Amino acid sequence: MSESMLDVSGVWKSFEGHPVLRGLDITVGHHQAVVLIGASGSGKSTLLRCINGLVMVDAGRIMLDGTLDITSFDTDMDAARRRIGIVFQSYNLFPHMSVLDNVALAPRKVLGRSKAESVDAARALLARFGLEAKADEYPDRLSGGQAQRVAIVRALAMEPELMLFDEITSALDPLLVGEVLEAVRELKETGLTLLMATHEMGFAREVADKVCFLKDGVVLEQGTPEVIFSAPERQETREFLARVLG
Amino acid sequence: MNAPTPGTEVAYVDPQRRALVRQRARRNALVGMASLVGFVIVISVIVSRTPGWPIVQETFFNGEEFVKTFPGLLSAFMLNVRIFVIAEPLILILGLLVALARTLQSPIFLPVRVIATLYVDIFRGIPTILVIFLLGFGIPALRLTGFPNGAIFWGTAALVLSYGAYVAEVFRAGIGSVHPSQQMASRSLGLSSWQTNRYVVLPQAIRNVIPPLLNDFISLQKDTALVAVLGPIEVLRQAQIDTSSSFNYTPYVGAALIFIALTIPMTRFADWVQERSSRRRRAGGVA
Repeated sequence: MSESMLDVSGVWKSFEGHPVLRGLDITVGHHQAVVLIGASGSGKSTLLRCINGLVMVDAGRIMLDGTLDITSFDTDMDAARRRIGIVFQSYNLFPHMSVLDNVALAPRKVLGRSKAESVDAARALLARFGLEAKADEYPDRLSGGQAQRVAIVRALAMEPELMLFDEITSALDPLLVGEVLEAVRELKETGLTLLMATHEMGFAREVADKVCFLKDGVVLEQGTPEVIFSAPERQETREFLARVLG
Repeated sequence: MNAPTPGTEVAYVDPQRRALVRQRARRNALVGMASLVGFVIVISVIVSRTPGWPIVQETFFNGEEFVKTFPGLLSAFMLNVRIFVIAEPLILILGLLVALARTLQSPIFLPVRVIATLYVDIFRGIPTILVIFLLGFGIPALRLTGFPNGAIFWGTAALVLSYGAYVAEVFRAGIGSVHPSQQMASRSLGLSSWQTNRYVVLPQAIRNVIPPLLNDFISLQKDTALVAVLGPIEVLRQAQIDTSSSFNYTPYVGAALIFIALTIPMTRFADWVQERSSRRRRAGGVA
């Protein structure tokens, strides 16, 4: 076992000549919860997409558990993605499948589990997040909070070693944010390694082992939530926090 | 007056308003019917007063001729039905395969992609009737062994090739209509690109294109008559034979009625499917 679960070093990424990541470094230790904060366009989403290979980096290296180089052209990305879960801002549930099938599909097709086994496991996981009554519903019958919790369960069903959250509460009605954060809190307690981009500063402060402030495609400042939220060193960090905390 | 207490969990409609709404609906229905009947009467009167009407009635709407030829037309129409029933599933399979071929990404499949693209470009560009002529007269002349030489076989093959190109484009549009975030979500779970197509993209794509596909099938039902140019005695050809022996065009009207009897229910069904799917999309756009 290597020292860190995730090691991102010197990653660059531009879209049509417009640089988004500019040599970004970040490290996530085993069982750590690392929170990415920063304005829209600072590169949080792009970073998360590079980590699970949905976006190819232009330069730099991303190592998973010290052994798997995600940025290598020789890496089997389907295999790599099995070890990394991601939950998106817009849920992206499969609308033509029941909640249960949404959760059981990947374990059955990717991990080769039997139908009975994958369905039982999916039901158990849904129950753990208070969604057992929704198992046979279709996604269009769910509230935003329920849909997002199903998306978390769907990613979790693959038993990932690292979980990425891309502003998972940003599309939600404020009343529904709590139930989704509660689900994340529970994951944190089980010791799953988390890397999350969020605008929920209160929550970041509560669960984060480390907070990274991104600006213009680099980590400008990082540290424990106490340091970042109470005594940030950089002027930019202070300005950002002043703006989001009002 | 007798409204329930505010806050009670019931659906309450003022009975007086309800009565008024019903009354208005009844009146609208009556006005609509009266207007329609009046319109039909006016048109009938105008048409029947035209100087040529007696002759047109005699040559196109001759009851005696109709009774005499209609059974023959119906049995000839069975050939159209047979062509349709055989062509239809083949078109669906061909169209789907071609659409899928055009989505293949690996460089090794370049020839497959090129062939699929050429096929669509060529067969979408040639009028169906020309494809029928070319295949129906051209290929039997090659004297290929192992292929049937019948006009019905090549006529049906021509319809399959021509419609297959259209249906392939319909499927391709359907694949394009599935939001890229669905693919992203699927790949992020570790599903391969083939599995993503099979379990996530295609089921949604096919559902999205059912209404336009039904449209193409209505069109195909009519175009089975084009096979007549090769000689087989289907309904149009039968009507031609009947008219040339009696110099009365009523069989053409009979043939038209047969097509309408089949396509109208299909059209209504397509409308219903379209309506249902757009309602569903309005209900659940977020997921």
